[in-house]
Amino acid sequence: MIDIQISSTPLNIAACIDAAATPDCGGIDVFIGTVRNATAGKKVLRLEYEAYESMALKEMYKIADEAARKWPVQNIVIHHRTGILQIEDAAVIIAVSAPHRGAAFEACRFAIDTLKKAVPIWKKEIFEDGEVWVAAHP
Amino acid sequence: MKITLLAFGIVKEILQNRTMELELPEHTTTAELKATLHSQYPAMQQLAVYRIAVNGEYSAENTILQDGDEVAIIPPVSGG
Repeated sequence: MIDIQISSTPLNIAACIDAAATPDCGGIDVFIGTVRNATAGKKVLRLEYEAYESMALKEMYKIADEAARKWPVQNIVIHHRTGILQIEDAAVIIAVSAPHRGAAFEACRFAIDTLKKAVPIWKKEIFEDGEVWVAAHP
Repeated sequence: MKITLLAFGIVKEILQNRTMELELPEHTTTAELKATLHSQYPAMQQLAVYRIAVNGEYSAENTILQDGDEVAIIPPVSGG
């Protein structure tokens, strides 16, 4: 089972874990990406996330589908936030269940690493003295 | 022909629009569209590489655009 969502309201960590759980899994690996309070030593006030939602949902589904073909996993849940996020807020939650932990760890890592490269979602860092779209300029 | 151009992140700020209708010559390619954007919006040239998605899929270089396409400018992504 693949469960993909983009949400402008706070993500629910327990709901993601519940959605990943199955009776025949022996473990659930969960990655939570959270808002860090600094970038390169500079204080971050908050982040703003924007998505090309229809395409982002498709790309996230492709990632989960590929992970499910590469590793023996049961369920893959990927939820991503948009909008204004405060320090410590969850920006993304990935939960992967599998009969054995190795596959869950590897599939989860693949999912977050690929999401960061391929899914059309952008974040802007708001500092005390300005704001920057992350990775926009070389 | 007419396409819908979608801009996100830094590109939305450069184009000062999230959505634009563009009238283009028939058989315009994505590479030609990039060149047009670079001349109309010089700030586009300062971006790190960006990609173009056509109808919600990353496009190959020199994809030929069709009337009614939804064309999105995808600056470097930074989700997660």
